Amino acid sequence: MTKKFLLARKKGMTQIFREDGNVVPVTVLEVGPCTVTGIRDKSRDGYRAVQLGFIPARAKHVNKPQLVAAEKAGVKPFRVLREFRVEATDAYEIGQEITADWFEIGDIVDVIGRSKGRGFAGTIKAHGFSRGPETHGSQNVRQPGSIGQCASPSRVFKGARMPKHFGNARRTVKNLTVEGVDVERGLLLIRGGVPGAPNSLLQIQTAKTGGKK
Amino acid sequence: MDNIILELEKQHMKEDAPSFKVGDFVRVDYLIREGQKERVQPFIGQVIRKAGHGFRLTFTVRRTVQGEGVERTFPLHSPRVVNVTVQRGPNRKPRRAKLFFLRDRVGKSAQF
Repeated sequence: MTKKFLLARKKGMTQIFREDGNVVPVTVLEVGPCTVTGIRDKSRDGYRAVQLGFIPARAKHVNKPQLVAAEKAGVKPFRVLREFRVEATDAYEIGQEITADWFEIGDIVDVIGRSKGRGFAGTIKAHGFSRGPETHGSQNVRQPGSIGQCASPSRVFKGARMPKHFGNARRTVKNLTVEGVDVERGLLLIRGGVPGAPNSLLQIQTAKTGGKK
Repeated sequence: MDNIILELEKQHMKEDAPSFKVGDFVRVDYLIREGQKERVQPFIGQVIRKAGHGFRLTFTVRRTVQGEGVERTFPLHSPRVVNVTVQRGPNRKPRRAKLFFLRDRVGKSAQF
């Protein structure tokens, strides 16, 4: 099966009832319409990919290189441009519009987005450490505790979980099921949660692993 | 909340959603599947809780069967909740929104 891919904005979560009356938690995504703004070719670029533009923009909001590229390709400028690797580029042509109806109910997809930023977070928030006692004279409420041994090895092992900048990172949620497609409004309903805050940008593509379809 | 989501929920909501209050004695007609056949199974009892609002509203019905308390929670807008009819109101006007205290009561005092 050919890979399907689209750009989307997260709208939020709700629930729907399936035919059999079971409740399914879904994330509502505003998907596309996306325009094919470029095609990357094996012979010329060294790899095969399709570039999609999402959210039309006025010329003054687009940087010059992207603006000129759009002009050359004969497409409108877009706020967001993303490339998707494909096996073959024959099926795509520049200017082609892709909408939510590409996806069907039952498709298994991966959703890529940027997780909500939490700033510099402690070990409790970032790694799920437990906290120390809050009373009985304890000063050890949200401290990380021991980070290693003593004279041997007399160093801290690499990768020890410590406070860090948490969130605001690219995250992929794999193997989510498409539960609904609203062609009219360009919405996809996807079972489960996806990264990021409402209105954040997401990439949806056919699942790399898992899904039978 | 986003308008798109509200719109979407409205689309799936029952337009003539039955109205009842906490404390009402209701009959819930619930569609169950037995093998291939579907039939409506009524569940009769007192509403002790309403939770959520709009499309996501759920309610809990409590009844006593052979001395054992039984509670079931239904999503109001589920296609399997065919109908909810109010049989009668509470004996006294409830002064709270959740009637959980009925769980601790047995016999006559459990009637509210």
